[in-house]
Amino acid sequence: MSLWEYANPVRFIRVTDRVLPVVAASALGCLVVGLVWGFFFTPDDYRQGSTVKIIYLHVPAALMAINAWLMMLVASLIWVVRRHHVSALAARAAAPVGATMTVIALATGAIWGQPMWGTWWAWDPRLTSFLILFLFYLGYMALWEAIENDDSAADLTSILCLVGSVFALLSRYAVNFWNQGLHQGASLSLDKEENVADVFYMPLLVCIAGFVLLFVALVFLRTQTEIRARRMRAILARERMA
Amino acid sequence: MRALLWRDLALAVRAGGGFGLGLAFFLIVTVLVPFGVGPETARLSAIAPGILWIGALLACLLSLDRIFALDFEDGTLDLLATAPLPLEGIVAVKALAHWITTGLPLVAAAPALGIFLSLPGPGYPWLFLSLLIGTPALSVIGTFGAALTVGLKRGGLLLSLLVLPLYVPTLIFGAEAARRGAAGLPVETPLLLLAGVSAGALALLPFAAAAVLRVSLR
Repeated sequence: MSLWEYANPVRFIRVTDRVLPVVAASALGCLVVGLVWGFFFTPDDYRQGSTVKIIYLHVPAALMAINAWLMMLVASLIWVVRRHHVSALAARAAAPVGATMTVIALATGAIWGQPMWGTWWAWDPRLTSFLILFLFYLGYMALWEAIENDDSAADLTSILCLVGSVFALLSRYAVNFWNQGLHQGASLSLDKEENVADVFYMPLLVCIAGFVLLFVALVFLRTQTEIRARRMRAILARERMA
Repeated sequence: MRALLWRDLALAVRAGGGFGLGLAFFLIVTVLVPFGVGPETARLSAIAPGILWIGALLACLLSLDRIFALDFEDGTLDLLATAPLPLEGIVAVKALAHWITTGLPLVAAAPALGIFLSLPGPGYPWLFLSLLIGTPALSVIGTFGAALTVGLKRGGLLLSLLVLPLYVPTLIFGAEAARRGAAGLPVETPLLLLAGVSAGALALLPFAAAAVLRVSLR
C-alpha cells in the first residue's frame, strides 16, 4: 500500500468520491462558523473599526493563493518524474482555484485599503508580487488551453510551472528591493510575538482551515471532472473509429 | 555550432524585416512617449531610463516568435534536433543569434535615443551597461518562451503573456540601475543583482528550453 496507488484514476475517483462530501461539508462548516464568529462575535479594532474583519477573508485567501501554486509545483514535479496523469490533471485543476484566491486576496485588500490607507492600490512589494503571481496563473492556464495534445500540454505547463516558480520567487524579492512597503508584516507566524490579538486569532484559524478544506474539495472535484472529461473524449473517439 | 550561428545571422540580415524591425520599433516607442506625457525636459529626464528599458524590452519581445517559428515550419528544427549537437547547445546558439541581431543593436541605439528623452548626463554609461548586461537575459528568457509556444497556431499573443511576467526581475534591476545612474546614486547593488539574474538565466534556461522543444517536436 503506497501513496502512488491513488495515481490510478479509477482508484482516485473511488476514494475521492467517498472523501469529497466529508471535506466539502467540513469546509462549509468551518467557513460558516469562522466567518459568523469573526464577523459578529469579535470586537471592533480600536483603530481600524469594523474593517478589521475583512482579515477573515483576506488572510486565508492570500495564504491559499500561494499554497495553490506550491501544490501545482509539487504536482508538476510528480508528473515530470513519475508521469502520473492524475497529478498533471490535479495541477491543471488547481490553477483556476488559485487564480480566484489571488483575485479574492487582491480585491479584499483593495476594499480594506481604501478606507485605511486612503487608496485602492499601492505599488507595495506584497501587492505587486501578488499581481505578478496572478499573471503567472493567467499564463499557466492560457498555455493549458492553447495546446491540443493532452500529454504535451501537461509537459509544457509543468516546465512552465517549474521555471515560473523560480521567477515568481525572484520577483518577490526584486519588488522588495524596488519599492518600500505599505503593507503590514505577517498577521500570523509561528513565533507568537507578532500575531494578531487572541480574540481575532481563533476565528481566523477556523477560517484558514475552512479555506484549506475548500481548496482541497474544489481540486478533488475539478480533477474528477477532468478525468471524466478525458474518459468521455476517449470513448467518443473510439466510437467514431468503430 | 559556429555554422548554425552564421546561418542564423545571415538569415536574419538577408531575409529582411527581422533585423531592423526591433530597432525601428524601439525608435517609434521612444518618439511616441513625449507626445503622450508632454515635452517638459524635467519630466522626460525623470522617466527616461524606465522608458528606454521598457522600449528595449518590448522591441525584444516583438522578434521572439521568429526564433523558432520559421525553422519549425520548414522542418529545419527537426533536422537540428537529430543533429549530433545537443539540443541545449542549439537553443543557446539560437538565443545568442537573437541577442546579436536584436539585443546588441538596441543596446547600441539606447544612448542615442536617450538624447530624445533628455536623459541626464551621468545616466548614459549606466544605461548602456545595464542594457548590455540585461538584454542577454531577455533573449534567453524569450527563447524559452518561444520554445514553449513553437507548435501553436496564434502563439504570438500567448508568448507575450508567458514571457512578460518572467521579464519582471530583469526589468526591475535593469531600470533601477539605469535610474540610479542617471540620478548620480551608487549603482553597484542593482547592477550586480541584474548580472546575477542574467547569469542564472543563461546557465539554466537553455536546459528548460531544450526540454520544452523536445516535447514540442515529439
